[in-house]
Amino acid sequence: MGGGITLYHFLVLSLIVFGLGMYCVLSRRNAIGILMGVELILNSANINYLAFNFYGGAKYDGQIFAIFVIMLAAAEAVVGLAVVLAIYQNFRTIDVSATETMSG
Amino acid sequence: MDHPIPVSFIRLIILLPLVGATINFLLGPWLQKNVGKVAINIVGCGAVIAAFAIAVSALVRMLHLVPDDRFMIDYLWPWMHIGGLDLDIAFWLDPLSMIMTLIITGVGGLIHIYSTGYMHDEDSYWRFFGWLNLFTFAMLTLVLGDNLWLMFVGWEGVGLCSFALIGFWYTTLANTTAGNKAFIVNRVGDLAFVMALYALFQGLGAIGHPTLVTREIAKYAPMLAGVHMPYFGWSVVGFSTLLMFIGATGKSAQIPLYVWLPDAMAGPTPVSALIHAATMVTAGIYMVARLNFLFSMAPATMTVIAVIGGLTALFAATIGLAQNDIKKVLAYSTVSQLGYMFAAVGVGAYAAGVFHLMTHAFFKACLFLGSGSVIHAMGGEQDMRKMGGLRHKMPITFITFLAATLAIAGVPPFAGFMSKDEIIWQAYAHGHVFVWLLLLAGAALTVFYMFRQVYMTFFGEFRGTHEQEHHLHESSMSYVLIVLGALSVVGGLGNIPEFIVSWKPFEEFLDPVFSSEVTRHVVESHIRSHSTEAIFALITFSLVVAGWYFADMMYRQQTMDPERFSSIGGGALYDLVLNKYYVDEIYDRAFVQPYLMATRALAWFDLHIIDGVVNFAAVVILFLSWLSGLFDHYVVDGLVNAASIITLDVGNRLRRLQTGSINGYLYGILAAVMLILLVRAVARAG
Repeated sequence: MGGGITLYHFLVLSLIVFGLGMYCVLSRRNAIGILMGVELILNSANINYLAFNFYGGAKYDGQIFAIFVIMLAAAEAVVGLAVVLAIYQNFRTIDVSATETMSG
Repeated sequence: MDHPIPVSFIRLIILLPLVGATINFLLGPWLQKNVGKVAINIVGCGAVIAAFAIAVSALVRMLHLVPDDRFMIDYLWPWMHIGGLDLDIAFWLDPLSMIMTLIITGVGGLIHIYSTGYMHDEDSYWRFFGWLNLFTFAMLTLVLGDNLWLMFVGWEGVGLCSFALIGFWYTTLANTTAGNKAFIVNRVGDLAFVMALYALFQGLGAIGHPTLVTREIAKYAPMLAGVHMPYFGWSVVGFSTLLMFIGATGKSAQIPLYVWLPDAMAGPTPVSALIHAATMVTAGIYMVARLNFLFSMAPATMTVIAVIGGLTALFAATIGLAQNDIKKVLAYSTVSQLGYMFAAVGVGAYAAGVFHLMTHAFFKACLFLGSGSVIHAMGGEQDMRKMGGLRHKMPITFITFLAATLAIAGVPPFAGFMSKDEIIWQAYAHGHVFVWLLLLAGAALTVFYMFRQVYMTFFGEFRGTHEQEHHLHESSMSYVLIVLGALSVVGGLGNIPEFIVSWKPFEEFLDPVFSSEVTRHVVESHIRSHSTEAIFALITFSLVVAGWYFADMMYRQQTMDPERFSSIGGGALYDLVLNKYYVDEIYDRAFVQPYLMATRALAWFDLHIIDGVVNFAAVVILFLSWLSGLFDHYVVDGLVNAASIITLDVGNRLRRLQTGSINGYLYGILAAVMLILLVRAVARAG
């Protein structure tokens, strides 16, 4: 493989994407923003799958898992957006700090 | 007697008055209001008259039978079969109950008819006839019941009706008190009667034939001779017959339980005639005659009956001498005449006793109804001192009353002569000289007080108010008096004394009833000489004439002052008789007051001791429950509340964790994951 790009580069990239996603999830107040952060976290996992597949010598296992994760992410987005729509119906906003009515 | 003829008409005689009573009680008020009193008359009198018609046809049928077969039974349904006790609802018609049935429905029917006039202005007319019908039903049950328990049902039933009719005008306290007195005094006798039945049943059980069916008792009675009660060693027959006689003294007003009968005159006069003269009070005599086979086996009881009967006959007659209330005289006269009947059955002359029962029903009903007419005409006045001279205004009442008086006085050929003279003679013929003397003296006094009554009421000048004199009228029901008066004249022809003619259809008719061996022995008199009988009749008659002579001198011609006799012994004797020997007062002191005192003492005991114990127990339980309440409140509830309070508190504290802020949760998850990683890293490093 040219350019001296090793598994660690991929892992670092994955970690950075995960960190960005995590930061997005934790810091956003917008529900859609949080969902987007979740997508970033899922994709960081996909990077790992592909990297380990490529460097680990497996045939297609990683790719198949990555496809599953994308499919899952799509499903999660559907459900998540439906929840966001429901929240909007009830609260007229998608700011999650306004939906703290479940507090004890 | 062993094979009675099964028939099905006796039930009609009994049920017709019951139907009448039911209709009168249930529909009476409606009928009276919407149809009128005629409807009540038709139901009330019709039922009894129809019963009488059936009874007459039964008599005709019975007379066609051979004397020894004159027993009929009408079996309705089983009543109770408990252990050895087999009782059925069945009715038993034999010559004795035949005669009683004819008296009850016949004389009773006449009195029913008379009542339609006497009670005409009464508001609760239906109630009167309802009770009168119910009485007829109960009396017929008493007479026709084939076992002693059924007889006892009738026995109690007539007592109830008597109570209700004495207190018929219940708005006056004296009337209801008189009713209570009759009922309570009768209870004393009834208790004895029930005990007698128990003793008899036990005795018959001891010989292997437990039964209360009358004809079966008759069959097994001879086996009872010599059988003793398991306690005190009394003979079964002697003990039970004595108790039965005590029962009879209650119902039939003998010493010592006669006190209720004079007070029973508080009821309407037809009631006095029907219940307290003609029928109910004869139940005791009927019972003794019905169970003659038992009584004949107990000579001691027989002597007691004869002596009590004789004493009552004389004792009540003396009280009758001084009474001024027209009905009171007749009441004591009834007690006295019942005494004659008991004396008769007591000496063994059962047929003579039953015969006097019948003739007495005729003439005493006539006397009572006649006095009822007088009271009605006098506007309710009952004091003979305010009457007088009524024979001009009320000729029919006077003539019938006189006929009945001659009958009760024993003047030949009136009915009373045939029956009463026979009793007096039989007492002597059976060797009871003491009883004979009592009856003889009673006969003389009877004539005196009866003619005193006739003279005070119907002769002399009118002593009432002018208004009463104007109001005097003949009774609208005088034809009933004529029938009864005629019966008082000719009613005795069935049993003419033997020294005149030897034709005695009445005695022959009753003969099968008194045919048991032991009874035959008792009935047989010691003296059978006709000339002796004639001489004794003459002695009686001369005393009768003497009694009449004194009454005539004192109250009609008034040439002899009654004061001459009433002032004997400084008037003390007269006061004694006038106040009925103070028997009521003595009973009051001896029984009523101690009883009331005992009830008061018991009431005090109840109020203070028993209630005290109960209240103390209540207080203790209240205290214990208060303690228990404290425990419950502080310990049990405390634990439960503590559990809930702790749970609530913990929950309150923990609920803060749920902020509802998604970010917060995510920080928490992150922190936890990092903590786990850190711990693992440290652990691996360590």
